[in-house]
Amino acid sequence: MAEAPGLPDLSARRSRLLGGDRRGLILSTTSTVVVLAVLLAIFLLAPGSREVRTTFFNPADMWRAFVGNPKAGYYSIGEALWLNIRMFVIAEILILILALVVAMIRQSTGPVLLPLRVVSTVYVDVARGVPLVLVIFAIGFGVPALQLRGISAESAAVYGVAALVFSYSAYVSEVYRAGLNSVHRSQVAAARSLGLSEPASMRYVILPQAVRVIIPPLLNDFISLQKDTALVGLLGSIEANKAAELFSDTTFNYSSYTVAAILFLLLTIPLARFTDRLIARDQARRLAGAR
Amino acid sequence: MDQTGESPASGDPAFAAPAFAAPAFAVPGEAPSGAEAAAALRIEQLRKSYGAEEVLRGIDLTVAPHEVICLIGASGSGKSTLLRCVNLLERIDAGAIWLDGQLITGPGVDQNLVRRHIGIVFQSFNLFPHMTVERNVTLAPMKVLGLSRAEAVSRAAELLDRFGLGEKRSDYPDRLSGGQQQRVAIVRALAMRPRLMLLDEVTSALDPELVADVLDVIRELAKSGMTMLIATHEMGFARDIASRVCFLSDGQIIEQAPPDQLFSQPSDERTRRFLRRIVDAGRL
Repeated sequence: MAEAPGLPDLSARRSRLLGGDRRGLILSTTSTVVVLAVLLAIFLLAPGSREVRTTFFNPADMWRAFVGNPKAGYYSIGEALWLNIRMFVIAEILILILALVVAMIRQSTGPVLLPLRVVSTVYVDVARGVPLVLVIFAIGFGVPALQLRGISAESAAVYGVAALVFSYSAYVSEVYRAGLNSVHRSQVAAARSLGLSEPASMRYVILPQAVRVIIPPLLNDFISLQKDTALVGLLGSIEANKAAELFSDTTFNYSSYTVAAILFLLLTIPLARFTDRLIARDQARRLAGAR
Repeated sequence: MDQTGESPASGDPAFAAPAFAAPAFAVPGEAPSGAEAAAALRIEQLRKSYGAEEVLRGIDLTVAPHEVICLIGASGSGKSTLLRCVNLLERIDAGAIWLDGQLITGPGVDQNLVRRHIGIVFQSFNLFPHMTVERNVTLAPMKVLGLSRAEAVSRAAELLDRFGLGEKRSDYPDRLSGGQQQRVAIVRALAMRPRLMLLDEVTSALDPELVADVLDVIRELAKSGMTMLIATHEMGFARDIASRVCFLSDGQIIEQAPPDQLFSQPSDERTRRFLRRIVDAGRL
């Protein structure tokens, strides 16, 4: 029997491409350092570098903006961020509830619920189609103008949260729906065949499995929600972005925006890392399940 | 928790179809006639279509209490659909089904109430992957029958021990072999103490060496007097366990007879052809 002809030496090629572990580490470190150095050089050597550094990255101004000075006409960005956090947490809770209700209605099949299905479908289309900024203006300026007793005299932050909830619930309801659809129909059959009612099947069998699937995309939307709380400043609420604006209006220095950006990063990065960890864990589990 | 592992005597009321009158899950006024009352399950002129394709074309079948009926036939002959119709998982187009003499396909029937009394086991197990074995088994008794956790757990423990799954109660389904998963699925259905069990090709998704364990469980159920309707490709098993075998083809019951008769002297040409192919494949 003849030998198979001409198979090239695979092992040699592989080792040349990938290198050893140690070589890979050196390579990646070097390339990272080089890229960062080039970027830093471009920044430092740019014609307007000095001006940008004093207007955006002045440590003294950054500190002043962070602690604030109400007598001078600007507020602490650090304190203002607390408003962002509160708006975010409250909006998130309301969104989780409202979006679930919308998703369930859209998933329902009963003829009685048809009007509700139409309403929620239209709602999702509208809320996703209108830019968040416009929603914030519409609610923030429109509702007070209506002069309705009880709801027209709230603070700008309340209207801001309402706008966030309105807009984001539509997105999140679609995430829920994707999750509900990802649960195989045979699970419904198994639950119903045991005599569980439709709501009970949803509660104990479908929803718990759907939630597992949607946690990463859900967290992704919430990262986005965290920074969109900055838009509520458009209504006059002193949240972090608005506080930064007031500082720059008074001092003609933009370092306050850098402070606000850093603070938002400190908020969102942990959530982003947490999301990555969840995704990785889920993948590992799925691989283990496949066996 | 009781962990003696002692098997209850066969004929345990949990498994035998009770002789007393069924609770009312049908509308009043649907009083059964004498003949219907005797049957655990009666199907009359059942028809079911998916779109233009008619999958069941006038099925008539009567199952007496404690009878074990095996449905055989090629894939697509309607066996699974028939079982799903009996469990009301599929809406039927025409015909009627009676459970213990009560019409369950008419208007005003509480489907959830009907399903409590009919257990079904699927080819693909369909265990709830996010629950432990014990929770899989106790969910419906607690949420549907209103048992306390302690009652449901002891009922589950008894059944799991009986079928050699006592040690698996805290495991999640993905840690179990296919055979173990399928036995858990059977236990899950039994925990509702159904008066009728439907088994839908329960060994078809199993590795060959795991089939025997599951079949043993079904044999034990048959011995304990459980009324069963079994769709299966395991001809040897059907021959062994069935009180009657029905051959389905093109959505109709072509022939039904005790296994010895059907397997050795099939009267219909289609049955003969089907059985010949099975024999040629070395499966009988």
